[in-house]
Parts: sequence; C-alpha cells; structure tokens
Amino acid sequence: MTAISTEKNAKAPPTYLVHDKSLFRRVWLRPEAVLSSSIVLIVVLSMLLVPNYLRPSADYTFSTLLLNAIPILFLLLPVTLIIATGDIDLSVSSVLGLSSAVFGLGYQAGIPIWLAALLGVIVGGGVGIVNGVLVTIIGLPSLAVTIGTLALFRGIAVGLLGTTAITNFPPPLTKFFSGSIPGTPIPWQVLFWLAPVIAFAVLLHFTPFGRGIFAIGRSSEMATFSGVNVVRTRLILFVLSGLVAGAVGVFFTLQYSNAIGSNGSGFELQVVTAIVLGGVSIWGGRGTLLGAIAGGLFIASFSKSLQILGVGDDAIYVITGSALIISVVVSSISGRVSIRRRRKGSPTPAGGE
Amino acid sequence: MTLQEAQSSRTAATTAVPSRSVVERLIRARELSLVIIIIALIAGTAGAQPSYLFSQGGWRDLLRGPAMLIVVAIGEAMVILTRNIDLSVGSILGLTTYLCGDLMHLTSLPNVVIVVIGLAFGAALGLINGLLVAFLNVPSLVITLGTQYAFRGVAVLWIGGRFIRPEWVPNSFKHFGLSQILTIPWLLVVAVIVMLASGWFLSSRRTGREFYALGSNPDAAILYGLRTRQLTLIPFVLSGLLAGLGGIIYLSIFATGDSKVGFGFEFQAIAAAVVGGVAITGGSGRIWGVALGGFFLATLNTALPVLNVPSLWQQAVVGLLIVAAITLDRALFVARQRQARKAVHA
Amino acid sequence: MSHLLEIRGVKKSFGAVAALVTADFVLDAGSIHALVGENGAGKSTLVKIIGGLHGRDDGQFLLEGNPVNFHSTAAAKDAGIAVIYQEPTLFPDLSVAENIFVGRQPYTNYGTIDRAEMRRATRELIGRLGVSIDPDREARGLSIADQQIVEIAKSISLNAKVVIMDEPTASLSGAEVDRLMGIARQLRDEDKGLIFISHRFDEVFSLCDTITVMRDGAYIATNPTSAVTEDEVIRQMVGRSVDNLFPKQEAKIGDVVLDVQALTSAGVFSDVSFQVRSGEIVCLAGLVGAGRSEIARAIFGVDRYDSGSVKLSHNEVPKHEPSGAMKLGIGFVPEDRRKQGFALTASVQTNIALTIRSSLAKLGILTSGMEVSNAATWAHRLQVKTRALDTEAGMLSGGNQQKVVLAKWLATEPKLLIVDEPTRGIDVGTKAEVHRLISELAGTGVAVLMISSELPEVLGMADRVLVVHEGRITEEFAREDATPEAVMYAATHAPEVVPT
Repeated sequence: MTAISTEKNAKAPPTYLVHDKSLFRRVWLRPEAVLSSSIVLIVVLSMLLVPNYLRPSADYTFSTLLLNAIPILFLLLPVTLIIATGDIDLSVSSVLGLSSAVFGLGYQAGIPIWLAALLGVIVGGGVGIVNGVLVTIIGLPSLAVTIGTLALFRGIAVGLLGTTAITNFPPPLTKFFSGSIPGTPIPWQVLFWLAPVIAFAVLLHFTPFGRGIFAIGRSSEMATFSGVNVVRTRLILFVLSGLVAGAVGVFFTLQYSNAIGSNGSGFELQVVTAIVLGGVSIWGGRGTLLGAIAGGLFIASFSKSLQILGVGDDAIYVITGSALIISVVVSSISGRVSIRRRRKGSPTPAGGE
Repeated sequence: MTLQEAQSSRTAATTAVPSRSVVERLIRARELSLVIIIIALIAGTAGAQPSYLFSQGGWRDLLRGPAMLIVVAIGEAMVILTRNIDLSVGSILGLTTYLCGDLMHLTSLPNVVIVVIGLAFGAALGLINGLLVAFLNVPSLVITLGTQYAFRGVAVLWIGGRFIRPEWVPNSFKHFGLSQILTIPWLLVVAVIVMLASGWFLSSRRTGREFYALGSNPDAAILYGLRTRQLTLIPFVLSGLLAGLGGIIYLSIFATGDSKVGFGFEFQAIAAAVVGGVAITGGSGRIWGVALGGFFLATLNTALPVLNVPSLWQQAVVGLLIVAAITLDRALFVARQRQARKAVHA
Repeated sequence: MSHLLEIRGVKKSFGAVAALVTADFVLDAGSIHALVGENGAGKSTLVKIIGGLHGRDDGQFLLEGNPVNFHSTAAAKDAGIAVIYQEPTLFPDLSVAENIFVGRQPYTNYGTIDRAEMRRATRELIGRLGVSIDPDREARGLSIADQQIVEIAKSISLNAKVVIMDEPTASLSGAEVDRLMGIARQLRDEDKGLIFISHRFDEVFSLCDTITVMRDGAYIATNPTSAVTEDEVIRQMVGRSVDNLFPKQEAKIGDVVLDVQALTSAGVFSDVSFQVRSGEIVCLAGLVGAGRSEIARAIFGVDRYDSGSVKLSHNEVPKHEPSGAMKLGIGFVPEDRRKQGFALTASVQTNIALTIRSSLAKLGILTSGMEVSNAATWAHRLQVKTRALDTEAGMLSGGNQQKVVLAKWLATEPKLLIVDEPTRGIDVGTKAEVHRLISELAGTGVAVLMISSELPEVLGMADRVLVVHEGRITEEFAREDATPEAVMYAATHAPEVVPT
C-alpha cells in the first residue's frame, strides 16, 4: 500500500457491510438455534416414540418439565453474566440452600412469611458480597473461592436446619409455586421469571454495563485501559448472583413445600452445563443469555424424556456431566479449527496489504 | 555518596536480602502450627471425653480414621501443585469402593488382586480426566466437575439402592483394617508410606520438581521446554490412583458402602491440601503439610461431636477452612511481594 | 572452517505482517556479536527463531555447518543454544539451584536428586560469575540483575555454545552492567559465541567484536567494531530520509492542556515534570525500560503513583481511575495493542464503541445499531479496511487493528491523546497514514503525547522531544535541535552531571 492509493481511497471512502456473514450463517449456525431445534426434536420424538410421554396429560408432562427446569433457569441468569466476565460462581446452589434454610427457620419462628422470604433474599445478597469481596478486593481466584463457599454455605444450611425439614408452609402459596396457569402447562413461576430474564438480557446485551462485562471477559487489562471499572463490575455481578440465588431459595422451598439443608444440591453443575452448552465461552467474553436458557431447557427436556423412559432420576447426573464435557470438548476443538482457518484465510478481505 | 557507590550498595542489598524473613518464617511455621493445633485438639477432646484417646478403640480410630483423607488429599495436592484441580476424587473413591466390594462378592480373587484392580481402576478414571485436561486446553475445573457427576451417576445407575453387605467382605480384609503394629494401625502405616513415597517423588525426582515448575510459571515451563502435557496428565492419574486407594481403605474400615460413598469428599481433600499449605494457584506446598492437613481435618470431624458441636456443622467447617486458608496464603503472598519490592528498591 | 551459527535469507511473517524479510547473520565461536536496530527491526523475531520458539517460513539455518530446524525450545537448548530474555523467565517457587538444573538435576546412586552436588555446582557456577547468591533461596524476589545471573549460570551449565542476550542491560544499574560485561568477556574467552542485543552504544562498542545492523526486518550491514563509528551505525539503523515519511503539519500551539508536576513512583520514575500544549506533539524518547510507558500509564490512571500531580486544563486528574481521566478528556492508545488496545474476538463496531458506550446509550439502553452508526463514522474517517463492521477485529491486519484502536479513542474526542508506540508492528503504508492522522489531530488543537522508540518517527513528528533516562527526564530538544545522533546519545548515556 502506497501513499498514493491512500489518497484515492480518501476521495472514495470505503463502505461497510453491517454484517460479515450471511443471514443464514448468523441465525442458524448459532448454538441457540441448534439447541432450540434439538429441544423441539426431543419433544416431538418423545411424543412419537416414548410410551406414556403425554400421560396423564400433555399439560402435566410439560408443566413438570418446566417446574423441574425453573430453578436452573433462574440461577443461570446471573451466572451467565459472571462467566461472561471470565469468572465463575459455583456456590449458587449452596446459596439457594442457605436461603431456603433461613426462610424456613424464619417462618417456623413465627415471623411473617413475607419477612422471612425477604430475609432469605437478603442473606443471599450478603453471601454474594462475601464471594465478591474475596474475589475482587482480596484478589483470590473465583474458582477457589466459590468451591470453598460452595461447601461453607451448604454446611451452614445443613448445620442450621439439622435433620429437620420444615414443611408446613401455607398451602395457597405452595400451590401457587408448584402450580400452573389454568388451562396451560406454564407454571405460575414462569411469570416471576420473565422480569429477571428481561432485566438480565437487557443488562448483558443492551447496556453500557453489559459491554463492560464482555470487555472484561475478553481481556480485563484491555477493559481497564478502556475505562471499564473492572472491580466494581465483577463485585456487582457476584452480589446479583447472591440475590437471585436467595430468591430462588424461597421459591424452591415453596414449590416443594420443604425447607431442608440439601435443597438445590448439585444445581451448580446443571447451571454451568446449561451455560456452556448454550455457547457461552468458559473463558469469558462470548455468548448470549438466550443460548444459556436454551441450554437449560435442553437438559430439562432431555432428562424428562429419559425419566419417563424409566432410566431413573439419577441418569440426569450422567447425562449432565457428560453433556458438560462434550460441550467443552466440542467448543475447544471448533475453536482450534476456526483459529486455523483464520490463520490460513486472507486476513483482510477488502484490504490490499 | 556518588552514583557509583549508590549503585553498588544497591547491588549488595539485592544479594544480601535475608532469605528467612518474618513472613518466610510464618509460612514455614505452617506445619508446626498444624502439629500444635492437632495436639491441642486431641488433648481438649480427650479432656472432655477420655475414651476418645485412652481406650483401645479410641486410640485406633483416632489414628486410622485420617488415613483415607490423607491419601486422597495427597493426590489432590499433586494436581493443585500443577495449577489444576480435581473435583472428581469423591466419585472415583465411591466407584472404586463399590467395584472392590462387588468383586469380593462375585469372585473369589485374593485380596491383593482386588486391591490392584481397584488401584488400576482409579488410575484409569484419573487418566480420563488427565487426557481431557492436557489435550483440550479446557479448565480442569469444568472437566472434573463434569466427570464428578458422570462418575457419580455411573455409580448410582450401577448400584441403585443396593449396598455392599459386610458379609461380602472377606474377614482377612476386614482384619487388615483393624490390625495394628506396635499399636499403630496398619492403615495409618499405609498412609504414611504413601506420604513418604510421594514426598520423596516430589522433592527428589526430576519429574516431581517439574510439577512445581509447571505450577509456578506455566509460560516459563513452555519457554524452558518442559513436557507440559505429560506434566499436566500425570498428577491426574496419581490423583485417581490415590482416590482409588482411598476407596479401598474405606472398604476395609466400614466393610459396607452404597452409591453415596465419598460424596462431597473432594471438598475435604481440597481443604486438607490448602490447609496443609499448598497454594491454590500452584507451584508451592509440601506433602507432609498436606498429610498434617488431612490428619487435622479428619480429627476435627471426629472431635466436633465430642465437643458438643453437631456433626452437621462439619461441612461448614470444611468450607470455612478452605476460604480461610486461601485468604491467609494470599495475604502472606502480598506481604512477601511487598517485602521483596522494598528490598529491591532499598 | 564453518561458522558456529549461520543464518541465510530467513523469512518470517505473522499473518499479514512480515516480521523478517531477509535475515542474514553469522556468528563465530569466541566472539561477541552485537545485533542492533530500532524496535520492530526484527531482532527479537530472529532471536526467537534461533531459540526454537518460532519456526521460519524460508531460508537456511546452519549450526556448526549442519542445517538445523528446531521445533521446540527444548530442541534448541539440546543443540547448545541458550537464550536469555530481557525479562528472565524463572520459576519463582523453585530455589536458585533448581532453576538452573530443573529437568536435569544430578542424581545420587539411589536415584534421588543430589542436593549437595546441585548446591555445590550452583555455587561454583555463580561464583565463576563473580557474585554470590544463596543457591537455596527461592527465585521469587530476586532482583532483575540476579535473575539474569541465574539465567546465565543456567546457560553455562547447559554448556551452551551459543548464548543470546536480548537487551540484558535494559533494567540494570551501572555496576551491574559492568559485572555482566565482565561475564560476557569471560564466556567469549571460553570460546563461546555470544549474540548481544542492546540499544546502548557505549556497551556495544566496548564489548562487541562485530556489529550487525537490521532495519525493517532485513539485514543491512555487518561491521567490525574497530572499523566503524557510532554515527555510522546510527545512520545504518535509521537509514531512510527522515523528512519525507512524516508529514507533520503546522499547527497553532495554544494553551497548556496537560500539566505534570513532580510525578514520582518509587523505583519506576521520579520527579517528572512537563507540559503539553494544545496543538503540540510532545515525544517521550528513550530506551525501552527507561520508564516512558510507566509515566503515561500513571497519567492516565492505570498505574498508581506516589507523589506529584497531573492536571488537564487546570483540573486535577484523579489518581488510579482511567474512567475519570477519560471524563476529563484524555485518550490513551496503549503500547501492547493485542493485550491492552482492543479485543481480538470482539467486532470492529464493539471495539470502537467501547470507550463511548455510556454517551452513546439512550436512557441507559445501547443497541448494536447505535454502535454501528458510530463505528461506521469513525471507520470511514480512519479508512479502516474491513469488509463488515461485525467482523472480528482480530481478523484485520496489524495496521487496521491499530486504526480501530485509534478510532476507539478519537471517538471520545479527547483534548489530550497519549499514543504509546503507535506504529509498532504495522506496515510502512499504514504507518504513514497513522502519522498523518496524529498530525491532523494536532492540527485541530488536540494535545498529543507520543512515546516512540523509532527515532525517525520521533524526529519527524515531535514539536518537542523529552528524553527519559532511567526514570527521569534528562534532556529536552526543540524540533529544530533534535538530530538523530543527539537524541540517541542522550537516550543511551547518563547525564553528564553526577548527582551528589
């Protein structure tokens, strides 16, 4: 490239396409699209091939499917944002358990149920601050911190409740949280879920804060140089995670009318799997909330079919664990292939260098 | 002072940095303080209930109980040293327990053969972890979180609601779990042998030292030309092997087991390693510290109920110890960095 | 007789950027051979090829007359090539002795590492270098000088035939440099071949037997030290005519925009004071490691500093808060484009809009449509060559990546733009464009603080040149007084006045 050709270009400025790839590749080759199609495929095939899939009724099947999925669908909202920054929060399932214990004990102690619920959420937010401070201010790796607090918060929940289970929650409430909108298979809880989904989706994809999240995930040094407040952003996300897990602790308790120490145990695996399956990079910087949600629904629909097939509830462990490994393996290999392709291909399609 | 003098005094200062500073001594005091804490804990507990220490069963259980945690924690520590983590040790332990129990039930193989099969099985599961982590450039956290549940799921599917019946386990095997030499339970002897062997390997063999090098500075390991893939893989295999050994020890102590054996044990192993002084970010830590960490944690678990703390709080204590240990390490590290910087600019 | 090491016509490209066009280099045993050139001349790439870190695209590489092709650093090491990088790469948790011997520690007859022998050998190796470092202390916390001693001891113990030192003196003090040079001579006398890379001419001339000059990825000349002068080498390095390439336009110089007073950060830089006026381009010249980038980072708030003040148009710039500096109107194009400048995996539009994401948003909402319209404006203005705005920025050539970084900062409409090595690793054509842009910017009244290690760039662009030497501003040149020789001399020599 010489100075003269630069001059020419200056007279006729280049025009840009808004999108590099075709509409087809942008829409249909995304994990969200692949997952959604798979979900439809699983459901349709199950209706055709799995005996008793729609017994006693289609509404029953789908509403139980969604009710099983709903705590995961809640938890993955903040955790997706955390993973997008390149951190991880494994402690959400234990925060859920802790909030459930606090809520149950508060209710049993006779304080108004709304206050007990609020207490559960506040405790969630509080332990979120603990995680966040240890990670951002003390500077510990989020993985190590949340493995520790995964054990710690679960341990406190188990310690607080002992072997007792608190089950005498007001029937109207438990009915509401385990029930569906009449005439549909859609649980009432989904209505509660919609507001945070929209809020988190907007926050991640349509706000300056969300741009900061992805910038941190891509390179936290670059984000610092671009004026992103890295410490504050990460801290806020851990607190949000605690608050959401706290709220889910209350909903989950009411859904099953049962406050026990082991509530939500193991959910961290399903949450992380759903997110990674949904195309969110475990290294941060890439992914969509929609993909993570599709990942959560995929696991739920797949395990529902298996459960009706009689493989047993425990099969979900094998399925989810394997799905997690397969999805990181696939994304690792496809990442390498695309890097190789990038190296081979012309780096500047329109440039003349 | 001339510039030349200032510079030479600066050089002198850098070479004369005392290698044993206060912070350094605090780090080295880790094992000593663990020993003191363990003794105090045992003394306190025995004070509350003398049979905890001063009875034949009490003495034996005190010494053989920690064996399982010590061997599994040593495996976990080797993985952490290379800047990885293994969350699947609890599941490997459980699966191996059941495999060995089933083999005792279904075959009449000698104990030794069954033990060897169990160890090989654990190592094979560890190999799966190691291959996935070493060749895919995926965080070990994600891989072993996946295998933790996959292995546990396999156990649940295989075992279902069944459990190992004590009568399946040969008496000779149960006897080994109870037997003592000079009042020291054989199981503790096994753990001590594992500790000595792996401690020797890590401190006195080239490959062992390379584990530390890799965890200490992975980029330099590549520049230096270390075989980073092998060095990533081997600790996972050893961790699997030792988790398998943990399962065998479990079987010899309890002579029973269901699909939940070893559930959550990875937290105990990680806690023992970090409490024993292994840096969660890799590169530093000593095996006998880990063994002491394991002994401490296991003793704490049996002491808490005696001290009127319900055993339900056990897990909370484990979690708290993990968080406290890594926070303490971080604080010591920062203090050390500051000291080093001061020394350079002095 | 064959040479110890011989490189003929070696080429190497990274993507669209050619790092080595034709590299030739010949090293004989028992000699110290200097490799000099500006930053980006290809010295480091050549060293990495010799050290086995990179492969080569083309050309010949002979070691003692035999063609070799290293696929790993281990292979090069086994062949007897030791590289001591500018930033030593030790294992901080291992002892000094283990750092020297890791992977090949001596064993006793019982198959155990022989610590006593290792300690003895380490003491002897380090003793030969005329210093004493406790073999048992951890490498963490060693000074850079001591770390280099350990690296050199390692290369001696490897019995390396070729020892490459990549700017080993950049962060050393006078006495440490003398010691290092003594060691280098000692190695030469032991019949080893040394490649010595340095920007400091006094060292090059007093130490080396031969000087090879590289420029723009190509071999320029090899001179016996006795037959060449400092000025001649500088001319070979600089090469091209300075005036044509850098069209600095006349700009009206206005009020003081940036006012830095007595800025000090212990051990990094001290007592730095200067001003930059509107329309003015001020260059910080000096050697790599002299503290130039650190000063810029402190001004922008990425790094902390101990004392002093930074004012922008009479407003105090907040400490350690880049977003605060941005609000006052400072933009910063950082040194390491790939790590600090932009996100390789983000689209062109997201990269450009990142700095102004808050002001682009309406009612707190930011859509990619808003980013596109903003990005398109700036991409046009800077003539970024990309097919689409949602192309990953990492797919662009180095020059276009740098334009994306510039666009990202011009979009903030800064009053002061700090540019740190703005043309590192980009091709000549785009370089000229970047220079034109910076110059135009100054023409519109923006104050520019530029850091560059390329002398022609400094001399062509700057209204004033401030030379930074070991963390202090030691010399100031007006545009008309700044000759390559004078600036290079000031950058490589401590000021005449010895502080008392």
